[in-house]
Amino acid sequence: MTLPIEQDASRFRQIVRGKIKQNLRKYISNSELIGRRGKDLVSIPIPEIELPHFRFGEPRGGVGQGEGEVGSSLGPARPGDGSGPAGDQPGFHILEVELTLEELAELLGEELELPRIKPKGKRNVQGEVVRYTGVRHVGPESLRYFKRTYREALKRQLASGTYDPDRPAIVPIRDDKRYRSWKAYPRPESNAVILYMMDVSGSMTQRKKELVRLTAFWIDTWLRAHYKNIATRYIVHDATAHEVDATTFYHLRESGGTRISSAYDLCHQIIQKDYPADEWNLYAFHFSDGENYGGEDDRRCLNLLQKNILPQVNLFCYGQVRSAPGHQFMDTLGRLNDEKLATAEINDDDEIYVAIKAFLGKGL
Amino acid sequence: MAPISPELLDLQASLEGYARDFGLDFFEVRYEMLDYRMMNQVAAYDGFPTRYRHWRFGMEHERLSKSYAYGLHRIYEMVINNDPCYAYLLASNNLVDQKLVMAHVCGHSDFFKNNLWFAHTNRRMLDEMANHAARLRRHVERYGQDRVEEFIDACLSVDNLIDIHAAGVRRRPLPAPEAESESRRTVRKMPAKDYMDSYINPPAFLAEQKRQLEEAEKQHRRLPEEPERDVLLFLLERAPLENWQRDVLDIVREEAYYFGPQRQTKIMNEGWASFGHTHIMTERALKPEELIDYADHHSGTVAIHPGRLNPYKLGLELYRDIEGRWNRGAFGPEYEACENLEARRQWDRKLGLGRQKIFEVRRIYNDVGFIDEFLTEDFAREHRLFAFDYNEVTGEYEIAGREFDEIKRRLLFQLTNFGQPIVDVVDGNYENRGELYLVHRHEGVDLDLPFAEDTLRNLYTLWGRPVHLETVVEDEGKVLFSHGPDGGARRPVS
Repeated sequence: MTLPIEQDASRFRQIVRGKIKQNLRKYISNSELIGRRGKDLVSIPIPEIELPHFRFGEPRGGVGQGEGEVGSSLGPARPGDGSGPAGDQPGFHILEVELTLEELAELLGEELELPRIKPKGKRNVQGEVVRYTGVRHVGPESLRYFKRTYREALKRQLASGTYDPDRPAIVPIRDDKRYRSWKAYPRPESNAVILYMMDVSGSMTQRKKELVRLTAFWIDTWLRAHYKNIATRYIVHDATAHEVDATTFYHLRESGGTRISSAYDLCHQIIQKDYPADEWNLYAFHFSDGENYGGEDDRRCLNLLQKNILPQVNLFCYGQVRSAPGHQFMDTLGRLNDEKLATAEINDDDEIYVAIKAFLGKGL
Repeated sequence: MAPISPELLDLQASLEGYARDFGLDFFEVRYEMLDYRMMNQVAAYDGFPTRYRHWRFGMEHERLSKSYAYGLHRIYEMVINNDPCYAYLLASNNLVDQKLVMAHVCGHSDFFKNNLWFAHTNRRMLDEMANHAARLRRHVERYGQDRVEEFIDACLSVDNLIDIHAAGVRRRPLPAPEAESESRRTVRKMPAKDYMDSYINPPAFLAEQKRQLEEAEKQHRRLPEEPERDVLLFLLERAPLENWQRDVLDIVREEAYYFGPQRQTKIMNEGWASFGHTHIMTERALKPEELIDYADHHSGTVAIHPGRLNPYKLGLELYRDIEGRWNRGAFGPEYEACENLEARRQWDRKLGLGRQKIFEVRRIYNDVGFIDEFLTEDFAREHRLFAFDYNEVTGEYEIAGREFDEIKRRLLFQLTNFGQPIVDVVDGNYENRGELYLVHRHEGVDLDLPFAEDTLRNLYTLWGRPVHLETVVEDEGKVLFSHGPDGGARRPVS
């Protein structure tokens, strides 16, 4: 059964995405939750549309309650605060929330409307993974939940008057005991490998590499949610190509010219050697600023792609980062017409979303 | 949606018994059990599952479900001002939570039934909302979703322009019958015998009467006769709308008036329900083993967050303070005049009027009056109230001070007209061109100007002729914003 709210919610989402009622777009504000994934902070947008009405301008002060000296801070101003009568929504305040990988990927998928990937390969059986998320009254002692058991026992002893603050001994009885319980989540069984290639020639600045790193973070997040095991390999190239580790990948800086074909060649060799295409889901991403050595090398690249790489991989994506005007490798790739090939330009943080949508929006 | 279990029904009966013993007098309460999904949905519709279709309910739902999913909040219950009163319980609440919530609901239901400001609200609103939905569905079928929705958006953009402090929906008397207005045109003499006439009705008196009459006549021709705060009503009566548009506007206005009192009495209502549940639970209903869970839940409800006032906490403490003061007789001129702090603290006339007083308070006040009358300097000090300001430099809010007058002034400002600017219609035929002239009663704080201009555009959609808003902009003085067929404009008013 679809709930009636679904119609309203989907209409709202359409407005937010700019599909209908363009005139309301300017009233969209994003209050946000702050998500935390390891050390990375991710903002979870909660779009809101506030229809215009007569209201007071500028963030106003107000009245609060609690300790503190004059001048002590109450924290940063947040959009949406400070208006309306005191505490319109008790209990609703912004906090940092810890995100699991799955939640983060779900957010990304929702935000960019990415289709779920259907893995290829024979080992496409869904397995299960067990996670301890619940609490129950019975279970093996090895799963006893100490804190909850203690709390129950404390409550009981307080209530029955057997708690002595001078000798605070807590003795749990059977009814107090709590045990962790688990839930099984489906877990994809197929494996994938991501091959990142990047141009490290003199023209690739630190800023360009930062854009690549951010893009790769989201690509990783999305793909990891769809595969059991993900292997990641990194290739850097200028006129020649080398395989490196992740740290080197993002920090190495070479000078000299660019021959993209060298990287594609190495990519092809790695696939040949380690990842037979019928067992692995292969994802190749290449980032460069679009300068290549010349027309000869462009032709070599197209040839390699068409003959060796595209038939093997699930997806090949090319991201062109802050390209200089002039001849661009992206134009060359434009000549190829293959549904496994996706290209995008990334000139700014905002365009990362566009690029990810272009890359992963195919659901391959 | 499901009815509640027999166990809970028994619980309800006993809790309501305790509530009546306590003195509460409430509408019959009907409970429904909802899981969190349904709860978020119903909450998005402000408690009315049968409400009309509109994207903003979807927006509210997205917000609620997201913050629920990340564990940032949960809605334990919702109560609908209706007779019978409907209340929704969250299925995953444990038994103590349900008990507390039911005790709390008795308080809300009592407040809805007895508070004066709710007297005019429709107690069949559940049905009425369903009717609204049906009416709007019909309009959508006939005129198309986009057109109707766009019009709803325009109406919602001005739905705060109602006369919230009027106790009823309609303040104006019905138009006087024609005959009477005829008689107003001639000067009426005082009754006198012929020979006394020139003494009793001297020419000066007659001239004065005539002048007054003409004045009234002029006023009568002005539209509206008095500045009209219920802008929506004025539009409803005077704007050249199609019938379906008038119907939409009527629905938006009716719902705005229905929800008005709830916004007007947030502190009092939540405080009253909390006051009720603490007494019912701690004096009657609570079993010893439930004490800690109860205390845990209750302390969460009344927790203080820096930078905002918790209406549950503030309301509850104010009722307690009032009860204590009226029990001790700590009120009136003699008490006010007493300057000895120690004597004030020890003050006790053993009047025992506290309980009676708070029941009276819950009947006749709304938040503005409640704060104005009962928030005392002693209370503010004891409860560590402070005023805070926005610091432009650091981009943070900071404690600005603890001066009582400032705290009270700000609280009252926030509560007056819900912290919304006050805007009146003063002329519906401005410059004799059928244009709408509004005045913002500026009280020291400027309007959000870009928003005001867009609101004017929406008003222009409704009114059909140019609209003007007179307001004050700091550093500029009086400014007139206008919106007409050529778009928006602003100019200073001399």
